[in-house]
Amino acid sequence: MCTWMTEQIGIAGAARGVPDWLKVTRANVFYDHPVSAPFDHALIIDFVNPDAGVGARVGIELSAASAWELVRAITAALESPEAQADLAAERHVLPGPEHETVS
Amino acid sequence: MKEGMIVEVVGFEGYEDTVIEGYLARPVTAGPTPGVVVLHHAPGLDPWCKEVVRRFASRGYTAVAPHLYHRRGPGHWADVAAAARAEGLAKAMPNDQVMGDIAGAAAYVRAQPGANGRVGVIGFCSGGRQAFLAACDVPSLDAAVDCWGGSVLPQPPDPGRPGPAPKGVIHRAPDMAMPLLGIFGNDDLNPAPEQVDEIERVLTKHGKSFEFFRYDGAGHAFFASDKPNYRQEQAVDGWERVFEFYNEHLR
Repeated sequence: MCTWMTEQIGIAGAARGVPDWLKVTRANVFYDHPVSAPFDHALIIDFVNPDAGVGARVGIELSAASAWELVRAITAALESPEAQADLAAERHVLPGPEHETVS
Repeated sequence: MKEGMIVEVVGFEGYEDTVIEGYLARPVTAGPTPGVVVLHHAPGLDPWCKEVVRRFASRGYTAVAPHLYHRRGPGHWADVAAAARAEGLAKAMPNDQVMGDIAGAAAYVRAQPGANGRVGVIGFCSGGRQAFLAACDVPSLDAAVDCWGGSVLPQPPDPGRPGPAPKGVIHRAPDMAMPLLGIFGNDDLNPAPEQVDEIERVLTKHGKSFEFFRYDGAGHAFFASDKPNYRQEQAVDGWERVFEFYNEHLR
């Protein structure tokens, strides 16, 4: 069923978009100097598809406070019965280890 | 102050003769022109770094910023930088590769019309560390400026950070073959003031020619006019120290 439940939060940051839908296979998450957001450091998330070239990327740069709000909103959205059912059924779970760190 | 300049994206041979991209600005002048190689910070060859290149041209220098992430492309500089940063510093910008790219950039600047044959390097943040290393590793350069270069010293292991702790480049100090200028903010965490003290101690022990300017009320990256850490008074003074230094050693 349609949930029609949307968590709306104010955020401060910057985003780099693409003209159309993009298959993404990886999220790179780090807290470092941003490119565009007017902060010294930012929580940066790049949704990418490494097999499709470096331009296959949706990037966001958020203030730390905004990122925490996003975490809260995501957690709240995942409380929906539909999300809980998908999680319980382990739908769309990626195979193998997906956590990697580099330095 | 030069009113006219030529700005262009160029290609030149870097490490292992690979042609990489660079952002170049040179003044319109008949006079002899020194050169500067500008090393971008971790976010890449961004608009602020390009402003720095043009700032040097406005002061009579031919400046080029090598795109140190070039090999991770092709693509928009920000996407290329994002892909490189995701792979980690050691893979994105290995020291040997960066030193080769700096040497190539210096040779390219030196070959420009009207070049006086003298070339300096300046780097910011990770580029500051690379400028320090270049002063020890790229003898074709004549002077180096390290702006708040992090991890010049070995960093202690940090359980909060993945991978091995940075090994630093201070062990190369005995090889430093040119004068070094350092610009630091006393509120910086890397390099923190006590780390700058230690760098001073090592350079003094080895009898190196260096001058450090350390600013109260400023932290990391206080030249970055598009970010909150920008400190107008300290940045204006810091830039004048940079131009005094290059005026003495490159003209």
